[in-house]
Amino acid sequence: MTREPEPPFAMLAELSHRCPLRCPYCSNPLALEPAAGELDTATWCRVFDEVAEAGALQVHLSGGEPCVRRDLEELVAHAARAGLYVNLITSAVTLDRARLERLRDAGLSHVQISFQGTEPAEADRIAGMPGAHARKLRAAREVVETGLALTVNAVIQRSTIERVDAFFDLALDLGAGRIEIANVQYYGWALANRAALMPTRDQLVRMDRRVKERLPSLKGRLVVDYVVPDYYAHRPKACMGGWGRRFLNVTPTGKVLPCHAAETIPGMVFETVFDRPLGAIWRDGAAFVRYRGTDWMPSPCRECDRKEADWGGCRCQALAITGDAGATDPVCDLSPLHHRMAEIAERDAAADPPLLYRDPTAKAPPAEAAPARAAHR
Amino acid sequence: MSSAPPRPAPVAETDRVRLAPGVVLRHDRTRDQWVLLGPERVLVLDETALEAVRACAAPGPGADGASVGEGIDRLAAAFDAPRDAIAGDVLELLDDLRNRGFLTR
Repeated sequence: MTREPEPPFAMLAELSHRCPLRCPYCSNPLALEPAAGELDTATWCRVFDEVAEAGALQVHLSGGEPCVRRDLEELVAHAARAGLYVNLITSAVTLDRARLERLRDAGLSHVQISFQGTEPAEADRIAGMPGAHARKLRAAREVVETGLALTVNAVIQRSTIERVDAFFDLALDLGAGRIEIANVQYYGWALANRAALMPTRDQLVRMDRRVKERLPSLKGRLVVDYVVPDYYAHRPKACMGGWGRRFLNVTPTGKVLPCHAAETIPGMVFETVFDRPLGAIWRDGAAFVRYRGTDWMPSPCRECDRKEADWGGCRCQALAITGDAGATDPVCDLSPLHHRMAEIAERDAAADPPLLYRDPTAKAPPAEAAPARAAHR
Repeated sequence: MSSAPPRPAPVAETDRVRLAPGVVLRHDRTRDQWVLLGPERVLVLDETALEAVRACAAPGPGADGASVGEGIDRLAAAFDAPRDAIAGDVLELLDDLRNRGFLTR
């Protein structure tokens, strides 16, 4: 018997996998979907109607880079008319004042801009695009001048983790209302680059102390969302707020996923927006039912009084580290494989391989990133 | 902005508050409840909080820039309640919403 799930809260709409940046921490899959297969305007509009009908309150327009879509204004307008809170998650390197005004007038509520650093040279090196940082600064100021709300997404990894104070200052200087201290999570390209991006435990401890010291003075001025790096943690994150509980993700070609990394899990079957309405896929689609709730849980999750707090952690991380997507997230120190997290983190933090930049022509995952390899470490 | 005091003063009756940029008040028809929506955030408002936000933060078409104190006057009149009993709760609620980034002065 399938119990009726809670309605979804938000949809991540990956409008395109195309992107002018080549960030090695990108969470997109290694096999990027080609432009030719992207959903057309009418299909996205139908999808927005369906997800609003299913109860979603927000849509995050993301990618890749959502601004590569020439119909972005039309998509924003339609999503807003469907009653959705519309959030644009962008690199901002192609945004200009005129387009921001059109997006605002179409009903956009909020813009989130990623910053790969606070020093131009370092930020551009991570983004893989000369001049990117300067463009982002200009676009961020134009977002605020246009009257739109701004979030600074501060990308934290080994080379930027010492600059968390500078990220806070940047957000205040730009007039952002919110900052995400986004420690890189290791999925997709980021997993392939883990050994180049992983901070040391000491770096993490110093960063954590600085964030907590800054928080009181930011109250009422800047909303801080703090994504902690979980490789050094003892309890897992409630990934996606629980599988199939809060979020769904639609890929550029229309696959409906419980999370953006779910395609790494072998044996999963994903419906598309052409198969059934989103509400039906959410309710009883095989991929959504697979790890929803607590019935699927192994021991020790099954007996744990936190099982409805962290929902067993992250399935994709369990797969990447243990080789089994149905295992307890090894971040949890109750997992028999918990010791692997610290071993991997410490080994990777000490390594110094070159960055593997995101590349749309990549056909197969680089060997280091293959989950099968990780499982046998 | 960087010259602002380390901790902001609490919301007072003389302040004028409004929804912060990027925050909207909306009726969630699926769950039949009123919510404040912000980027990747949702705050469910109970009846009291909804009335306080409507009276004091003046979102939407009725926005008239009234002060918090004038909002409290309205609430006292609308609910035929002693003003003193309402004022403390309303200020505390608005201060909490401001600290969490849903309201701004």
